[in-house]
Amino acid sequence: MPDSTAAPVAAPTPEVEAQASPAAPAKERYFQRFTLAQRYLHAVLFTTFLVLAATGLMMRFSGSIWAIRFARLVDGFGTILFFHKFCALVLSLAFVIHVREILARGVFRREKGIFWGPTSMVANWKDVKDLVGHMRWFLGLGPKPKFERYAYWEKFDYWAVFWGMVVIGFSGYAMWFAPFFARFLPGWALNAALVIHSEEGLLAILFIFSIHFVNTHLRPDSFPMDMVIFTGRESEEEYKHRRPDEYARMVAEGRSATRITDAPPKWLINFSRVVGFTAILIGLTLLVLTLSAYIAE
Amino acid sequence: MPARPLYADVDCLSCHSDTTMQDANGKNVGVDANKFHAGVHGVLKCGDCHKDIHDYPHPDHPAKVQCESCHAGEASDLATSVHSNKSEHPCTSCHGNAHEIVTKTDPNSAVYPLNVPKTCGACHGNPEMAKKYHLPNVYALYIDSIHGFALGKEGLLVAANCTSCHGSHKILPHTDPQSRTNRANIASTCAGCHYGINEQYQQGVHGKAVAAGNKSAPVCTDCHTAHGIIEPTSADFRMQSTPICGSCHRDKFSTYRDTFHSQLGLLGGYVETARCWDCHQAHDVRPASDANSPIAPAHLVQTCGRCHAGANASFVQYQPHANARNRKLNPALYYIRLFMNLLLTSVLTFFTLHTVLWLIRSRFKGNGKLPGGKNA
Repeated sequence: MPDSTAAPVAAPTPEVEAQASPAAPAKERYFQRFTLAQRYLHAVLFTTFLVLAATGLMMRFSGSIWAIRFARLVDGFGTILFFHKFCALVLSLAFVIHVREILARGVFRREKGIFWGPTSMVANWKDVKDLVGHMRWFLGLGPKPKFERYAYWEKFDYWAVFWGMVVIGFSGYAMWFAPFFARFLPGWALNAALVIHSEEGLLAILFIFSIHFVNTHLRPDSFPMDMVIFTGRESEEEYKHRRPDEYARMVAEGRSATRITDAPPKWLINFSRVVGFTAILIGLTLLVLTLSAYIAE
Repeated sequence: MPARPLYADVDCLSCHSDTTMQDANGKNVGVDANKFHAGVHGVLKCGDCHKDIHDYPHPDHPAKVQCESCHAGEASDLATSVHSNKSEHPCTSCHGNAHEIVTKTDPNSAVYPLNVPKTCGACHGNPEMAKKYHLPNVYALYIDSIHGFALGKEGLLVAANCTSCHGSHKILPHTDPQSRTNRANIASTCAGCHYGINEQYQQGVHGKAVAAGNKSAPVCTDCHTAHGIIEPTSADFRMQSTPICGSCHRDKFSTYRDTFHSQLGLLGGYVETARCWDCHQAHDVRPASDANSPIAPAHLVQTCGRCHAGANASFVQYQPHANARNRKLNPALYYIRLFMNLLLTSVLTFFTLHTVLWLIRSRFKGNGKLPGGKNA
């Protein structure tokens, strides 16, 4: 599938739109929110994360019945550890590609909006105001803040994953290649590596499978799933509602036309639904197993 | 017909050679002449054992044969043993049909090494009997054990059978200090075959403690069990034995459980992680302060290096029993764990609250114009 954000896309004709998305009301316009590369990155991230979480939990809670049963099924922890390491490598590669892209765009091509400004992932003063304003709105003390391209909780998700990958990755590799790391790390750091790896891993698992799932997918505004990370496109009406500041900025900058795209095709919606619900189901199962094992411990 | 002395077995066998012959009580009194003559008692005359029968017709109820009239040593051993009750454990209960007993080196003997487990198992494999005397059902355990396998499947005469450990006539309860299976005597009993292992064991802390009279120090059977002994290099043994060490060394077991070695080890499998004896040795266990110990500082690189190729002096500073919950013993680890726990709880607490408030607010937003899910 070609990445449709690369070039400006003309507004689709009504016929095309009706064919592509018969359920959508006529003349509804869609905006491209995520590029294909970003969607692939998320797909690699959540696929490897699910496997890393499942295999990691089995090793962390290796006394639990489900872990032992599964281990017996696959002939011991060798298989479990293999998949854990394999996914770690894939995720590390994705991380490196991502960082390389950030550096290429931000440092070498001096692209504005990577490190600062409304489209950046870097936190700014507006995020603090939005957080306070959002909390005031929760309590009925003020209006709902107008969010930009990335809302403060989305930035937190991003940086939590970023920090998590550095911390979990480094401690994981330290254990994997312990004799090598011991050349420049003290021996007790290897003890610390497991504590850090498992605690940070638990935090990531608990956070993603409860907070991220609810904030992004399961809350009434998105229920049962926000498809934008799969299809890459958001309807104009929703864009206005969810990211009024970005929408207003796009219109003001006269850039709104460049991001108009057609409605996502039916197959993509169905595919996204299957993949997304599977991921959410696996995640919630792991959450239940984690909590029950944690309480039983 | 006038009575005449009966001594020659031919006289008796003229009647008793009918092997289906029964007495008034329905008890079989037939004798297979061929088997009798081939047996260890074949040179004897009937009257040598059946001493009260001199004439024909003989009494309806001849006296019980007294084996001890010849086998006095065995009889006196038996009298002090757990099998002293003669009516429950007559000699024939182990040695089989009195008229067909062969020498114990004969493969047909009920007490030939290969046949011993089956002979003992006639009673000790019976769950009813085990229940009655509060005995574990040892027969099944033994048959599946490495000894039972070596004897029964491999046909190794040197493999331990019941009598190798328990003796034969003088079997005493394990609570008796004289018993071969008394805790104090276990090591020497096993050493009957496993001589070399016992030499090592006696050098280690456990052997020395037992020798010094410490009743709680482990003997062979504490780790290997008595009847269900399995191959010590097998996955099953490796899986089951760490908690056995842990049943005494509770603090060490608890800290071991926190490590990667244990977390993966619990799942088992074809790749192995270090269990207690991989570092401490199984039989010649010595404290780290002993220069000959594998965990003595001078030997750590070598010991860890058995699994971790490239282990160096820094690597072996890793603490396989670190306690992240103990601030005094492992301060760095303690504060790292504390920090990680605080991070985890604070992030989750804040965002749980945030999400719950959000959900509540979303319910009371009135007539929401956008139910969501339009991205689809």
